[in-house]
Amino acid sequence: MNLKLHVWRQPSAKDTGRIESYEARDVSPDMSFLEMLDVVNEELIVAGKRPIAFDHDCREGICGSCGMMINGVAHGPQKATAACQLHMRTFKDGDEIVIEPWRARAFPIIKDLVVDRSAFDRIIQRGGYVSVNTGGAPDGNDILIGKSSADHAMDAAACIGCGACVAACPNASSSLFTGAKITHLGKLPQGQPERDRRVIGMVEQMDIEGFGNCSWFGECQEACPKEISIDVIKQMNRDYVAASARASSNE
Amino acid sequence: MELNSKIPPGPLAEKWDQHKFDIKLVNPANKRKYSVIVVGSGLAGASAAATLSELGYAVKCFCFQDSPRRAHSIAAQGGINAAKNYQNDGDSVFRLFYDTLKGGDFRSREANSYRLAQLSVNIIDQCVAQGVPFAREYGGHLANRSFGGAQVSRTFYARGQTGQQLLLGAYQALEKQIAKGLVTMYPRTEMLDLVMIDGRARGIVVRNLITGKIESHAADAVVLATGGYSNVFYLSTNARGCNATAIWRAYKRGAAFANPCYTQIHPTCIPVSGDYQSKLTLMSESLRNDGRVWVPKAKGDKRPPNEIPPAERDYYLERKYPAFGNLGPRDITSRAAKEVCDEGRGVGETGRGVYLDFADAIKRLGAQTITERYGNLFEMYERITDENPYKVPMRIYPAPHYTMGGLWVDYNLMTTIPGLYALGEANFSDHGANRLGASALMQGLADGYFVIPYTIGDYLARGGINAVNTDMPEFRNTEREIAERTSKLLSIDGKRTVDSIHRELGHIMWDYCGMSRNDAGLRKALELIPQLRDEFWKDVNVPGSDAELNQALEKAGRVSDFLELGELMVRDALNRTESCGAHFREESQTPDGEALRDDEHFAYVAAWEYAGANAAPILNKEPLEFESIHLSQRNYK
Amino acid sequence: MNQVTRFWRSTIGRKIVMAVTGIIGIGFLLAHITGNLLAFKGPDAINSYSHFLHGPGAELLWAARVVLIVALILHVAAAYSLTQQSHAARPDGYTKRVPQASTLASRFMRWGGVLLLVFIVYHILHFTTGTFHPGGEYVEGDVYHNVVQAFHVWWVAVFYMVSMVFLGLHLYHGAWSSARTLSITGDSPHPLKHQLSVAIAVVVWLGFTLVPLGVLLGWIG
Repeated sequence: MNLKLHVWRQPSAKDTGRIESYEARDVSPDMSFLEMLDVVNEELIVAGKRPIAFDHDCREGICGSCGMMINGVAHGPQKATAACQLHMRTFKDGDEIVIEPWRARAFPIIKDLVVDRSAFDRIIQRGGYVSVNTGGAPDGNDILIGKSSADHAMDAAACIGCGACVAACPNASSSLFTGAKITHLGKLPQGQPERDRRVIGMVEQMDIEGFGNCSWFGECQEACPKEISIDVIKQMNRDYVAASARASSNE
Repeated sequence: MELNSKIPPGPLAEKWDQHKFDIKLVNPANKRKYSVIVVGSGLAGASAAATLSELGYAVKCFCFQDSPRRAHSIAAQGGINAAKNYQNDGDSVFRLFYDTLKGGDFRSREANSYRLAQLSVNIIDQCVAQGVPFAREYGGHLANRSFGGAQVSRTFYARGQTGQQLLLGAYQALEKQIAKGLVTMYPRTEMLDLVMIDGRARGIVVRNLITGKIESHAADAVVLATGGYSNVFYLSTNARGCNATAIWRAYKRGAAFANPCYTQIHPTCIPVSGDYQSKLTLMSESLRNDGRVWVPKAKGDKRPPNEIPPAERDYYLERKYPAFGNLGPRDITSRAAKEVCDEGRGVGETGRGVYLDFADAIKRLGAQTITERYGNLFEMYERITDENPYKVPMRIYPAPHYTMGGLWVDYNLMTTIPGLYALGEANFSDHGANRLGASALMQGLADGYFVIPYTIGDYLARGGINAVNTDMPEFRNTEREIAERTSKLLSIDGKRTVDSIHRELGHIMWDYCGMSRNDAGLRKALELIPQLRDEFWKDVNVPGSDAELNQALEKAGRVSDFLELGELMVRDALNRTESCGAHFREESQTPDGEALRDDEHFAYVAAWEYAGANAAPILNKEPLEFESIHLSQRNYK
Repeated sequence: MNQVTRFWRSTIGRKIVMAVTGIIGIGFLLAHITGNLLAFKGPDAINSYSHFLHGPGAELLWAARVVLIVALILHVAAAYSLTQQSHAARPDGYTKRVPQASTLASRFMRWGGVLLLVFIVYHILHFTTGTFHPGGEYVEGDVYHNVVQAFHVWWVAVFYMVSMVFLGLHLYHGAWSSARTLSITGDSPHPLKHQLSVAIAVVVWLGFTLVPLGVLLGWIG
């Protein structure tokens, strides 16, 4: 099939960008979306033009590197699917596809479709861990964790940090990302001692980075390639209120 | 070159404890005065960087991805082995050690493999303490499954995302140290060379992938945890960015490269569907627990699988290996698939595929149970192939997955360059000629959390490390060499894209140095690779400039190294005329087609030494001595 | 930093304030509807209710008014600052963005909110102070008379009824999202379900629409 692509091109953070159009010819339905872009890039290089820059790595939906708005939808039209796992059979001959980078003040564009998501790392730095040094851990079975707690924690821990939640949110909120980590550690006994400190720190950092608030649009949950539930945001709010109440009673 | 493996004396089970006592310690107050560079942020790199910084060393950590959380360890699905014996099924440290050694076809270093099995138990404890959400039983205890041909249930897992969860544990430990200001993280930064001063590794030269700036970093020791080189095959299960540049440039600075021909081909991957294909997707090996592998008995049988009656199907694994059936080791299972496809009995459009059929398992256990066990894998398969594996058998084919070879290291994980260490898949030491399923994660974390934190102290405490800085000529000269190489790549302005050359290299490697190898093919590859390399340097087209984010330039640098490494792999494969583990030489097989080792001539580690651009590399041999076990021919019948 | 200041400065803190004040508002609206519907029982019922509020219940009324005014101010202040922050969070918009899950109601919260604010001001001038009362004379204390007279003017009735549609939409998203912000609902496999808030929205919309509609159709007066 043949497609027409309208792609955001921006040489660097300093330059202004614009949409440019390209033809993608002889696209096989079995190609992944990124393979389709590979083929377009090969043609661009041969034609002496600059290839389209986009982040990608594992191409099996787990590293969280890739991510772009495809026809106005984060990671494209297929639910629970990262762009690298989206296949061209989702499109049909003659389709026009608009491809844009994630847009958020906290995710500045580096080039074309590549954005800087280091804000996520800084949110984790504010408490998205258990403060345990290597060595001296008790036996793994000394900490009993019921199956449902472990399963709940795993549901939230599945986050790949791709940023689709921010991209899809009309407020550019990172609540799903932050809430997922708070829920993962909050469901486990290992996460309890630092639970208050974690939620206060991570929420504060999320605000410092310039993400918007959660208005419960539900777009993040829909965009999440790992189908993380907005229940994690509820958990974050609850923990935040409890932690704030405890903090002010200790003041 | 002298290869001193520094294996401690004494009984196998006491070597590591004795060694930890014997090696020198750095005074706690002095640790912050020592700086360590860690390249790579996967399981080995992130765990090493975090742990070294917890001990007090000043750590700098580098990764080419935009965040350390994205290293390719994240893609490991199945699990991590540990000799906990929680299932009371007869597992022990010795059994895990023996399985590792046997699985590796007795080509690994006994003391290293044993230490790995010992440390496996600590890894689980550490990860649990970090909050890794391992699967649990209803009673709250850790769950296990058997995996990849093991006869005991010793694999711990977190759904089909074990690698992700373990990496996030290590990543979070790393971020904790970054937040304290004790690790400086350099994401989107790629190591391009190693800097040696007075015969020691003293730093690295890197390229900032956003600005293109070439920068130097000095340190008292350098740790490479940069993963494997399966991408030499172009199509592999590795992430697109995985590359051998760090270890290859270290090799060219004098680090010996061990057993480069040991490359593992994973039996259960989704077959290639077209030329545009950019990577191969692995389907977890755990699928073989319930799926049955078969091909039609007749050549060229193009009927849809459900129309082929049972009598006309060949369940070749069950037929050939009745004891292990569909659960044999990876190398044997992969090779068996290649054989039936070579006979013309392969399935799918390309004929390079075999069926992995769940119909019997669904009949026996119900679709519900199968969904619980493999639901997400089935979904992934359907997403990629548009076929529903509940109704139609999956098609699978082997694909390059893991490289057992890597930089030669001693028991301390130090390479032949003083002060340069290699961890995880980047080194060669623990898996021999073939790696067991669920052991890669184990090795990466053992090296990073529990080995290097001890052994690096021994090197630093022995002294003799002078102060250096990045203004010294060794750094400046290396920066200049890198800049020259980069401008060379950008100035060729030829006709061929980097990917097209990489793809061609991949074909050569797969055809002549893949699942089975023979003298004529390897010699042919030795002619083809240098020709292709010449073509690369004459006719490659790398657009853009060096002062920007330039993904084509990044790829070009990596492929230029693969073009050299590929040749070394072929040389090593040619030298090793025996078959062992994943290295199958057609000249060396038993009458019924199984790999035949030659312990008399090849019970050694082949450590190749760089001898200059125009000279053949020098082969050094580290004899493998086995004190605790006796060598047997593998038999999975 | 003072904990209260920190709480208000955080996005979650302000969302909590919005949720709590929103729920106070819902409570008020339900009481308001109960009062309104007395109009169907005739002039005596509703006027005596009004006389109670302005006589013996005056202290209660004023207490409620203070709470409502403070709630409204906090609600609007939080909404305004969060909106500013959201706009700042995405300075450059998408060329194309297609909502996947969000309801129309959720996307109309801000403009709908502004509209309701205008309505509230008009409504107070209309019925509480009588400053602006088209279609006749405002008689202090005769609620029944004022209502009937006001809604005999068709465009006033329509304006009220249209505003109530927006109020319903606002509550449809607001009730649900307040409950989630305050985390007073359980985890759910379908967290986007809105049943309770549909009920609240319909009750409030219908409750307030019945009176102007009743006047217009001649059921009242």
